Amino acid sequence: MSANRPLSPHLQVYRLPLTGIVSITHRMTGVMLSMGLVLFVYVMIAIASGEGMFLAMQSFMSFWLFKLVYWGFIYAMFFHLCHGTRHLIWDLGKTFDRDTLDKYALYELIASASLTLLTFLLA
Amino acid sequence: MVEFTLPKNSVVKKGKLFKAAEAASNVRNFEVYRWDPDSGENPRIDTYEIDMDQCGPMVLDAILKIKNEIDSSLTFRRSCREGVCGSCAMNINGKNTLACTKAISDYTGTVKIFPLPHMSVVKDLVADMSHFFDQYASIKPWLTNETDAPADSERLQSKDERAKLDGLYECVLCACCSTSCPSYWWNSDKYLGPAILLQAYRWLADSRDSNDEERLNELNESFKLYRCHTIMNCTDTCPKGLNPAKAIAEIKKMLVERDIL
Repeated sequence: MSANRPLSPHLQVYRLPLTGIVSITHRMTGVMLSMGLVLFVYVMIAIASGEGMFLAMQSFMSFWLFKLVYWGFIYAMFFHLCHGTRHLIWDLGKTFDRDTLDKYALYELIASASLTLLTFLLA
Repeated sequence: MVEFTLPKNSVVKKGKLFKAAEAASNVRNFEVYRWDPDSGENPRIDTYEIDMDQCGPMVLDAILKIKNEIDSSLTFRRSCREGVCGSCAMNINGKNTLACTKAISDYTGTVKIFPLPHMSVVKDLVADMSHFFDQYASIKPWLTNETDAPADSERLQSKDERAKLDGLYECVLCACCSTSCPSYWWNSDKYLGPAILLQAYRWLADSRDSNDEERLNELNESFKLYRCHTIMNCTDTCPKGLNPAKAIAEIKKMLVERDIL
């Protein structure tokens, strides 16, 4: 009889708090960074392979879609860095207070967006 | 294992509507998860219109009203109605809490009530808690000390030692936190989950217990403890205002201090 028992809804009904959303974003940006490294390696090879390959890469990377991927990669990197720092602080046993959780999550989002913007302005 | 969708037999269907009396002026809708083990059908959502002028203030009052006056087949657990037994833990409007200590007025619009998430459903809002309590038993939730207690008194604690149990002893094992944790959803077969880990820390933090070494050895394993990824749903949802995530971090710290530093 118990084999027939249904599983109660989980992701379908649970309303993730901001910390939960930030946490899953950390996981997703981690996966994105791994995939982005393939592109990064392509750019490196192109740079090392002389003029022809370099120019091909340059025009390829200037296409708006790949520019978007490129800046997405940079944002993912900064976000991953910010939440990674948060994890380090957590590992010291600090900043677990309930009332401050959302505040720190917001700081992370603002910091990663600002760092991306700063890079954009300096680049 | 990670599974984003529900199995076929668990997909929730639309259910019945129980209308309030014509004369009722202050009506609120309660959508409640229903599953009847004898029907052979999938779970469904029944909607109950309740006249709030004739209903107590808490979500549990509404559920009791449904059972007493509208639909006696509705099944749920409840006992103390004051947040100390942990029986009426359920998912209300997307967050786990105790129905008895949650005011209906904290919500606007329809109140949606589901059993604790990602659990095997026995009937309606009753989830099978056997695995959860087996996990609780596995951490040996009792005091162990090789030395005998003094013959003429209890094992005494200083005020500071006693204070270390604050925020831990209040846990009523309602499982709101564990069943809010995605990591527990995917790995509850091996991961102990926030409630049980908070309880494990409760004994590690107790000055009268001298079994830290064995307790830490038991927990020092990639799944039991380290599936906690600091998602923080546990601390966010605890109806008693406790902080399971912090307790888990304290266990991890104890292990680092013991094994590395």
